[in-house]
Amino acid sequence: MKKTWWKILASSLVVYSAIAGLLLGVPHLAILNETIRNLYFHVPMWFAMIVLFSISVFASILSLYRHDKTVVQKDKKIGFYTRTINWIWTKIYDPTKNYDLRAVESVNAGIVFGILGLITGAVWAKYTWGQFWSFDPKQNFAAISILLYFAYLVLRNSIDEEQKRAKISAIYNIFAFPMMVVLLFVLPRLKDSLHPGNGGNPGFNSYDLDSRMRMVFYPACLGWILIGYWVYSIRYRIRSIENKQQHNS
Amino acid sequence: MQLAKEVKYLIHKEMLLEWRSKYTINGVLLYVVSTIFTCYLSFVSLGDKLTWNALFWVIMLFASINGVSKSFLQENKGQQLYSYVLASPAAVLISKTIYNTLLMLVLTTIALGFYTLVFDTFTPPDLILYYVAVIMGAISFSTVFTMVSAIASKAGNGGMLMAILSFPVIIPVLILLIKLAKNAVDGLPWENSYDEIGMLLIVNVMTVVASLLLFPYLWRD
Repeated sequence: MKKTWWKILASSLVVYSAIAGLLLGVPHLAILNETIRNLYFHVPMWFAMIVLFSISVFASILSLYRHDKTVVQKDKKIGFYTRTINWIWTKIYDPTKNYDLRAVESVNAGIVFGILGLITGAVWAKYTWGQFWSFDPKQNFAAISILLYFAYLVLRNSIDEEQKRAKISAIYNIFAFPMMVVLLFVLPRLKDSLHPGNGGNPGFNSYDLDSRMRMVFYPACLGWILIGYWVYSIRYRIRSIENKQQHNS
Repeated sequence: MQLAKEVKYLIHKEMLLEWRSKYTINGVLLYVVSTIFTCYLSFVSLGDKLTWNALFWVIMLFASINGVSKSFLQENKGQQLYSYVLASPAAVLISKTIYNTLLMLVLTTIALGFYTLVFDTFTPPDLILYYVAVIMGAISFSTVFTMVSAIASKAGNGGMLMAILSFPVIIPVLILLIKLAKNAVDGLPWENSYDEIGMLLIVNVMTVVASLLLFPYLWRD
């Protein structure tokens, strides 16, 4: 029960957000009308994706640290700053865990959420903008940032040697992450977009996200992030069991 | 100081090697010229200034991928081991990036000249701003592609991986570049472009910092 409470919480929050999101009242705005309910299903996908990709980058940093460890210990003359950093790393880092598998599985789970985010966005766009894909900057950049992670998976598959694959793909993952942040959070602000929250269009977080919507929106975000983490942890456990079997046989 | 010395020697080495064979610069130059010529033969004239701008950047993108990816993919294992013994990884990366930037600057300048010569139906009204965009493009292409080519060369199979890995990373930069170049094509005042120039500088600094942090791990086998 100790370890499952957050899974129960996640499932109940998602079920609650699905039911309440479709039944509770929403503000009536022009053009948007009832499609405003998509907020409860579209935006949490992106939050879950960002969280999963951040976990992946964090795991990649830790998997690179494994290679660094031996070098740091050899160097005896280390300053206070390095020692503090080392101390923090040893607290976070657990050598028994396979951080490379963590990184790739969180990317796998994150991509699923990213694609779901694109689909929910496209369906919404069909009813408000008139087309599934109208080459809006926000749609394009989201698609490109998912391409980044497909490139990461292709890069992984191109290398056979396990250690080398872990190292090189971790490097690419860390290198690509800032670019994804630029793509998703910086560039859309420079471009004119029809997306809510951009270019003078009313964002959901300004005046029209009233207290009724907040009651559903925040639980939905939390619920989907937890579900994403759950999916990732199950995938990671399956992969590490498979890995162990491969090494034993 | 040790680092600056190493960087200086490594750039000198790169230039010497290039000067002896003149392979990369001539190869990429021929590539750019023949691409522009092929485009000329198929388009004949570009009346629309947006197409003019877009075509130039597409040509530049592919030329720079070909030019910069040589830097690490060209070297064999022995050469890499040799410079690994002699110099620090930071020096190797910085020297390659600076060398590639210089190479790209020469290349893009010649390409822009030839491009305006061939497609003379349109010239940007603000040629200086357009050249600033081209310079920014040379710098950002070389910072991004140098690191990606290092990753691709370590991964083993070069060519295709290079394209797959670099395109999603370069697209945000390319969007900014095209926007900046479009400002020049439209003849807007310089104040409108400071956002893009600043953003490009930030992206470049970010890329260089990430590369410097990550390259030592990649370099060590």
